[in-house]
Amino acid sequence: MLNSHSILQKNSSMNILVCISKSPDTTSKIAFTDGNTKFNENGVQYIVNPYDEWYALVRALELKEANGGNVTIVTVGEASDEAVIRKALAIGADEAVRIDAAPVDAYFTATQIAAYAKDKGFDLILTGKETIDYNGSQVGGMIAAEMDLPFISLASKLDVSGSTATADMEIVGGIEEVQVELPAVISCAKGMAEQRIPNMRGIMAARTKPLNVVSPVDASNYTAFESYALPEAKSACKMIDPENMDELVSLLHNEAKVI
Amino acid sequence: MSTLVYINSRNGLSKGDFEAVTYAKKLGGDITVVTCGGESNDSLARLGEYGASKVLVDRSVTSNDSQQIANVVTTAAQTTGANTIVFSHDLVAKAVAPRVSVKLIAGLVPGAIDVPNGDTVKVNVFSGKAYGFVKINTDKKIISLLPNSLQPEASGSACGVEEFDGQAGDPRIKVLNVKKPEGDIPLPEAELVVSGGRGLKGPENWGIIEDLAKELGAATACSRPVADVGWRPHHEHVGQTGVAIRPNLYIAAGISGAIQHLAGVNGSKVIVVINTDPEAPFFKAADYGVIGDAFEVLPRLTEAVKKFHASN
Ligand SMILES: Cc1cc2nc3c(=O)[nH]c(=O)nc-3n(C[C@H](O)[C@H](O)[C@H](O)COP(=O)(O)OP(=O)(O)OC[C@H]3O[C@@H](n4cnc5c(N)ncnc54)[C@H](O)[C@@H]3O)c2cc1C
Ligand SMILES: Nc1ncnc2c1ncn2[C@@H]1O[C@H](COP(=O)(O)O)[C@@H](O)[C@H]1O
Repeated sequence: MLNSHSILQKNSSMNILVCISKSPDTTSKIAFTDGNTKFNENGVQYIVNPYDEWYALVRALELKEANGGNVTIVTVGEASDEAVIRKALAIGADEAVRIDAAPVDAYFTATQIAAYAKDKGFDLILTGKETIDYNGSQVGGMIAAEMDLPFISLASKLDVSGSTATADMEIVGGIEEVQVELPAVISCAKGMAEQRIPNMRGIMAARTKPLNVVSPVDASNYTAFESYALPEAKSACKMIDPENMDELVSLLHNEAKVI
Repeated sequence: MSTLVYINSRNGLSKGDFEAVTYAKKLGGDITVVTCGGESNDSLARLGEYGASKVLVDRSVTSNDSQQIANVVTTAAQTTGANTIVFSHDLVAKAVAPRVSVKLIAGLVPGAIDVPNGDTVKVNVFSGKAYGFVKINTDKKIISLLPNSLQPEASGSACGVEEFDGQAGDPRIKVLNVKKPEGDIPLPEAELVVSGGRGLKGPENWGIIEDLAKELGAATACSRPVADVGWRPHHEHVGQTGVAIRPNLYIAAGISGAIQHLAGVNGSKVIVVINTDPEAPFFKAADYGVIGDAFEVLPRLTEAVKKFHASN
């Protein structure tokens, strides 16, 4: 679909890095093991984190298709993540890099990506808005800080012209249209691009695309999850007669105390 | 012990800012607020009522450039010797806090929902389907507080406001244009939310949602398919891939309650569900349920709220 987001000018070719994280399929049952200290992966299907796939990766591919260039995806993760990486390759990335370490926390993860990206000459480093499991919104800003690059957070639109990127950035109370000189780090939110479903050709091609495994650099983690808990079960829902909305209002006022 | 609170006062002070200062007060110790932008001294002085002992304002920063703001916060943290930095987990803090974390070697907990227990802070994980307890390993700590996690408490008096040179450096982000949504209550901060789904059948029927929202002083929201087909603007879409909200009251009409929708709203204190289908999954997550046609129930509810407001 050609929409206003897809209007691009011809540029010199671009070298784009897209940070990809896995996340449990959105319908996964959330449970914990080992005395509530570990996520129970039993029966969990992993997908590419939707923000990374639908927005960051697809927009990177659109920019490449318009200007030429190369799209590399990078994941900090263990060998078991390679199935998810192949899914992202099937959508159209040219090559993948797996930094061989468990992503212990955002700082550790960002440090690995920044160390890898440092001397590769990427014009753009794209991340998703957040991972849907830990919902941190941290990694992009930390990569920018470590590489001393400008950071556009929560971009819902992104265009590139020459060495300048223009984006819509969500801010408190509105949206700013902003401009930065590349290279820059940009986190991608809804609106940036439309979802792409990989086709058979893409899936076949993904099998032979390069997936390079690199060793992690020494880094510490600043934070650690100690344990987890599930919310208390809701007490049964109170049913109200659809004819009697006065009763609902009275309950919301006197019992729930929310109005 | 000294705590620094960063607030974004570019669009005036918000409830989230008062919550952040209240949270800092619960941590104990002396509280300094740092901010950028053009808010008046009189307005900023009000932060003293919530516990701040002074406000530092750097008026040289005129955009939301996270790099400049992070420089200012870092300088303020160094000058005040703060060991904890508190943010309200809003759209700008999401860009600034990670940068400050790297600059200060301070572990960051994004989206805290409670005061820490020792070095451990409670957060939502898996889009609100579970809680996590995060330990901060570093000496300096950054906590970004999820809006609506506590009530702001004003008990003190206004405090002093000082001009501050936070050594922001040059901006690297150029602002071309600012678009503000028309007058509505911003969804992430709303205490009351009325939301509609595909059960409302078309955009022409949204009047009954808006009438109820207006009568309650609520913001409006919608399910994803509704935004995807363009019945409602994208910024109203709540859920896993949209905005996550945690208002005091969430009223959902004609929404089935798919798990991805619930992920964005199950932090709400009270949920009311209006649906024709008694088997709709949303009733399992609701506090109050009405089995009925939204086209009849919503106007009736609006009338009942009107009556209630008239007599209170
Ligand atoms: C990866 C992924 C991410 C997703 N993210 C989100 C997200 O962020 N947010 C989101 O909302 N969805 C999301 N979805 C979609 C989600 O799975 C559901 O499809 C969607 O929430 C359904 O929207 P709905 O309840 O409005 O529509 P429907 O499922 O069609 O439900 C309509 C409901 O209205 C009721 N109804 C019909 N007529 C009336 C009437 N007259 N009065 C009262 N009730 C009536 C019906 O009984 C039904 O329960 C996501 C899906 C995926 C796969
Ligand atoms: N393990 C990882 N490997 C590569 N990129 C990641 C990883 N974790 C997070 N990211 C990227 O950082 C973004 C924000 O993640 P988070 O800070 O965890 O919410 C994600 O949308 C990804 O683009």
